[in-house]
Amino acid sequence: MSKRTFSIGGVHPHDNKISRECRIEPLPLAPTVYISVAQHIGAPSVPVVAVGDKVKVGQVIAEPGGFVGAFIHSSVSGTVKSIAPRADLAGRPATHIEIAVEGDEWADGIDTSDTLVTAIPEDAKAIVDKIRLGGVVGLGGATFPTHVKLSPPPGSKCERVIINGCECEPYLTSDFRTLLEKGEQVVVGAALLKKAMGDVPCTIAIEENKPEAIAHIQEVIAKLGYSGIEVMEMKMMYPQGGEKQLIDAVMHRQVGSGALPISVGAVVQNVATALAVYDAVQKNKPIVDNSVTVTGECFPRQANLLVRVGTPLRYIIDYLGGVPEEAAKVISGGPMMGRAVANLDAATVKGTGALLFLTEKQTRRAPESNCIRCGRCADACPMGLEPFLLNKLARAKDWDAMEQNAAQDCIECGCCLYSCPAHIPLLDNIRIGKGAVMGNIRARAAAAKAAAEAAKAAETEKK
Amino acid sequence: MSKLIVSPNPHIHSKDSTKSLMLDVIIALAPAVICSFVFYGWREMLVMAVSVASCVLLEWAITKYMLKKPSTIGDLSAVITGILLALNVPYTTPWWVIVIGSVVAIGVAKMTFGGIGQNIWNPALVGRVFLLVSFPTYMTTWSQPQGLFGADAVTGATPLGAIQEGLMQGASVQDIMAEHGYNYSQMLFANLGGSAGEVCALALLAGFVYLCIRKVIKPWITLSIFATVALVSLVFWGINPARFTDPVFNLLTGGLVLGACFMATDYVTSPMSAWGGVIFGVGIGLLTVLIRYFGSYPEGVSFAILIMNSVVPLINMGFKQKKFGRK
Amino acid sequence: MIKIIIWTVAVITVLGLLLALVLYLVAKKFKVEEDPRIDEVEKVMPGANCGGCGFAGCRAFAESAVKASNLDKNFCPVGGNEVMAKVAAILGYEVQAKAPQVAVVRCNGTCEARPKVNEFDGYASCAVKSLLYTGDTACSYGCLGCGDCVSACQFGALSMNPETGLPVVDQSKCTACGACVKACPRHIIEIRPQGPRGMREFVSCVNKDKGPVAKKACANACIGCGICAKTCTHDAITVEGNIAYIDPSKCKLCRECEAMCPTGAIHGVNFPKPLDKDAVKERIKIRQQKAKEAAAGDAASANNKADATAASPATAKKKVDTPVESPAAAKAKEDKKDE
Repeated sequence: MSKRTFSIGGVHPHDNKISRECRIEPLPLAPTVYISVAQHIGAPSVPVVAVGDKVKVGQVIAEPGGFVGAFIHSSVSGTVKSIAPRADLAGRPATHIEIAVEGDEWADGIDTSDTLVTAIPEDAKAIVDKIRLGGVVGLGGATFPTHVKLSPPPGSKCERVIINGCECEPYLTSDFRTLLEKGEQVVVGAALLKKAMGDVPCTIAIEENKPEAIAHIQEVIAKLGYSGIEVMEMKMMYPQGGEKQLIDAVMHRQVGSGALPISVGAVVQNVATALAVYDAVQKNKPIVDNSVTVTGECFPRQANLLVRVGTPLRYIIDYLGGVPEEAAKVISGGPMMGRAVANLDAATVKGTGALLFLTEKQTRRAPESNCIRCGRCADACPMGLEPFLLNKLARAKDWDAMEQNAAQDCIECGCCLYSCPAHIPLLDNIRIGKGAVMGNIRARAAAAKAAAEAAKAAETEKK
Repeated sequence: MSKLIVSPNPHIHSKDSTKSLMLDVIIALAPAVICSFVFYGWREMLVMAVSVASCVLLEWAITKYMLKKPSTIGDLSAVITGILLALNVPYTTPWWVIVIGSVVAIGVAKMTFGGIGQNIWNPALVGRVFLLVSFPTYMTTWSQPQGLFGADAVTGATPLGAIQEGLMQGASVQDIMAEHGYNYSQMLFANLGGSAGEVCALALLAGFVYLCIRKVIKPWITLSIFATVALVSLVFWGINPARFTDPVFNLLTGGLVLGACFMATDYVTSPMSAWGGVIFGVGIGLLTVLIRYFGSYPEGVSFAILIMNSVVPLINMGFKQKKFGRK
Repeated sequence: MIKIIIWTVAVITVLGLLLALVLYLVAKKFKVEEDPRIDEVEKVMPGANCGGCGFAGCRAFAESAVKASNLDKNFCPVGGNEVMAKVAAILGYEVQAKAPQVAVVRCNGTCEARPKVNEFDGYASCAVKSLLYTGDTACSYGCLGCGDCVSACQFGALSMNPETGLPVVDQSKCTACGACVKACPRHIIEIRPQGPRGMREFVSCVNKDKGPVAKKACANACIGCGICAKTCTHDAITVEGNIAYIDPSKCKLCRECEAMCPTGAIHGVNFPKPLDKDAVKERIKIRQQKAKEAAAGDAASANNKADATAASPATAKKKVDTPVESPAAAKAKEDKKDE
C-alpha cells in the first residue's frame, strides 16, 4: 500500500526528533501550581472552590462556563491560596487558581493502578458523559472540548474516527513516546471513541518516521483483539496533523470552507486525547497531567516529562538545568505552530505539549526583501491559497478582496512563511486579515439572523 | 540568554533565501559559461566580466544614489542578469555596447519597476533585444568560434541567419544546410556560430537538470516550450521540408535552449502555477517558431519570451491552484 | 492642393459634428438623475476621503447629508465648523458648532520609564504584535510602538519619537478624523477637544492594572491612587478600574491634578508657562486646610440646627462622584464584546 498524504501543498522541515529515545518520566511536584480557568476553546470555566479550601488530586475546581466548555480538576492536593488574574504565557492576564501543594492525595473513585481495563462500556452516551466529566479537551493543540466534538449536530453522521498520531511538527516526541509506552491505553481509548461515535471504523494515522510506534500499535491491536481499528502509515509531510489535512489524507475527502469535519463524516482525535479518554472513562481519572517534550539542540537535557497541569514553566526548566545561555526563544509547542513564550512564570495548561528552546541563529527572522514571485508560498500552502496575494491585500487592508481569495480558510500552519525565500512575513499579515474577514463574516451572519428574526416577528404580528 | 525573542509562528525557516536560489542559478549557468570561455577564448571572458560588472555596479549605484535604499546586489540577481546578457551577445561585441545593454537591462527593465521582483520583462532579454534593434551590425555578425587563445575568425552568420538569407535567395533548406555543413551533434556539443550561450546545448541542459533536481525551478515551462517547438515545426516541416527547417534543428539552434532553460523560467516574469507555466511555455514555443518561419528576424526566442512575459499577469489570474475544499 | 485641404477640413468637420451628436444623444439617454446639491456639497468638502465622518468618503458624506433631513449624523471632522457651515448653507439646514478636536496619545511609557522585558521579532505592526501577546514591555495596556497609527494618518500629523518610542501628534496637522483611533489595537488614542488656545489636561496612561503592578511595569503609569480626583475642585476626574480620566468638558485647566500626580501620568500641553509644582501644591494645601476648618465650623452649626442639608465639600463631592463611565472605557468594553 502506498503511503498516503494530503493532496495540496505541504513542506518538509527537518524532523529533528532528538528526544525520541527519552522515556516519559514523571516530573516531581512543584511547590505551587497555577491552574488557569481558560485552558480550552470556549467560555472560561467558573471556579467552584474558595480560597482556603483543601483540594485533592482530580477534584473539580472549576465548572464549564457554557456548552463549549470543560471541567477543570485540581492536578495536586493542597490548599487553594488565591483565585486571581495572572499572566499567561503571552503575558495576558487570565484567572488562575493557585494551589499550594501538600502531599499527593487523590480524590475518591479514581483508579490510580496500572491495570489495563479493556472492557468497553455498551452505552455510548455514558462514554461521552464520562469524557465530559473528565475535562477532556483536544490535546493536539486546539484544546477544543472533546465531548462537544463527540456530540455531532443532528443530521450529521460520523463514518470514521481518526486518531492523529502524525506528530508532524519537528522536535515533538511526546505523542510518539505515548504510543510506545502507553500504546495499550491509546488503543483502548480509540476503541472507546469508536464506540462513542456508534461503532464506526477507526484509523490510527502515524507518520513513516515512527516505524517503532507503527509496529507496536499493530501488535497491540492484534493482542487486544478489537475489530475495526487499523493503523495507517502516512508519508512524512507537514502539516499532516492538521485536522482537514489528515481527513484528506486518510479518507480522501475535503472539508469545505467553514465546515466541520463531521460534515464529511470524520471525527479526529489526537493520540494524547485518546489516552485521556481512556483515563477518564476506564479509570475515572480526569486530565491532571500530560506529557511534555522538553527539547532543542541548545538544551542540555532532552526529556519527555509527565507534568501536572498548572506547573510553572520555570519549574520544569529549572528541574532540567535552567534556560541555556544560547537559547533565544522558548516555544510552547512545535517550531511551526507553537507559541513563543513571553513569560516564563506562566503555568502549563492541558494543551501544553512541548517546550522547545531555539537559538538566535535558528529562529531569528532574516530581513524582508522584495517578493520574487517564485510561487513557493502558493506551492506550500496546504489550503491552496495564494499567500503572496493575501499578504498584499492585507497590507492594503482590502478585507473584501481577502474574503474572495479565501483568507478565512487559512489554518495558520506557517508553511508560507517557512518557505518564502524573501522572508516576507506572510502569515503575520494574513492572520490580521483573516481576523478581519472572520469578523465581517460573523457580523453578516448576525445581521442576517437579526433580519430573519425581525421578519418572523413582523409576520407573527400580521397574523 | 538576555531577553527572550517573541514572534508569531513559524519559528523556523527553510534554508532557502533569494540569495541561495540565485546562487543555484549561477551554479547551473557555470557549465555554459565555462564552455563559452573554452570556445571563444579571452574575448568572451572580457565580455562576461564587463557585463557582470556593469550590471552589478549599476544596480548598486541606482539603489544607493537614486532610490536611497539598502543595496540589493547581495541577492546576486544582478550577477545573473549580467551572465545572461553576456551569453546572449556575440563575443565580438565591443565593451561599450555591452555597457549600454546593461544600462537598459538593469536601469530600464529592472530598477524602474522597483527592482527585483517587480519587473514585467526579463531584464537580460530586454537588454539583448534593445541591442539587437539598436546595433544590428554587432549583434548579427557572428564569428566562427576559434577556441581558447585562437586568432580572430572569419565572420559568418548563425545557422538560423544563414538559412533565412538562403531562403530569401531562393535556395531550399537542405541545400543551405549541406552548403554550410551543419550537423546536429555539432549543435549539441558546440562549435556553431552564434552568441556565446548558443554554442553548447548540452552544457545548458546540464544546468537545467541541476536546477530541477535542486527544486529551484519546475520543469514544466521548459518542457512545454520544447514540446511546442518540436510539434509546430514538425507540422510545418512535414508540409514543406524545402521551405521550413526540421524540429531538431529548431530545438538546437538560436538560443532556444538558453531561453527555455534560463530566461523563460525566471521566477519574476513567469506564471506561478504549473498549468499557467505550461500555457506560458506553449505560447513561447508557438511564437518562436512563427517568428523564425515568417518573421524578418531569423531568431524568435527573445521576442517570444518578452511577449509572453507581458501576459503573465493574465495567466496568473486565469490559472489558480484549486483551493482546499472548494469547487 | 487647395482642393485637398478643403476636402480634409470638410470631412473632419462633418465627422466631428456627427460624433458630437452621438455623444450628446448618448449622454442624454443615459443621464442619471442626481440631486445637484450632492455635487455642491462635495465641492465644499475637504476631499481627503479619509472616512473620519463615518462614511466611505466625501461623496458618500454628501449623498447622505443631502438625503437626511438634518445634519445630526453628519459632521466632517476634517473640515470642522467652517465646512459644516457651508454645507448647512447649501442644504438650508442648521448646524451646531462643535469644539475643534485633536487626537491625544494616552501613553507615557517611554523607553526609559517602561523597560523592555522581551524582544519582538515579527512583522513590525501593532496589530500583529497585539494579536500575538501583550507587547515587549510588562505593561499590557500601553503603546506597542510599531506605528500603526502613523501609517493610518493621511495628514502626516503623527510621527514616532525615536527617543521615547511613542507617537507624537502634530496639532497643526491633526484633523481629528479618528483614523489613528481605529488603527490602534490598544485604544490609547482618544479624540479630545483641543481646548482654549490648545491648552488641555489629560491622563496619559490607560493601564488598568493595580497600582504596584502598573508601577512595576512603567514608572510613568497611572496607579489609580485617586489623589487627582480628590484634588480636583471641578468634579472633572473619575477613577475607575485603577485608571483616572479627566472629563474635558468639566476640566477648568487649573493643573492642580498635574501637580499632585505622584507618577507624572497627568499631562498638560500648550500652557504658556511651565507648571510650578511646589507653588500649586502649597496653594492646594492652604485651600484644603481652610476647607477642613470650614467643614468643622459647618458641622458645628449643622449639629446645632440638627438639619444636615449643608454637607461638607468632601461629602458633596462624593455624591457627584458617581462612577461615570469614561468614553474610552466604554469603548474598550464594547470592543471586548466584539471580540
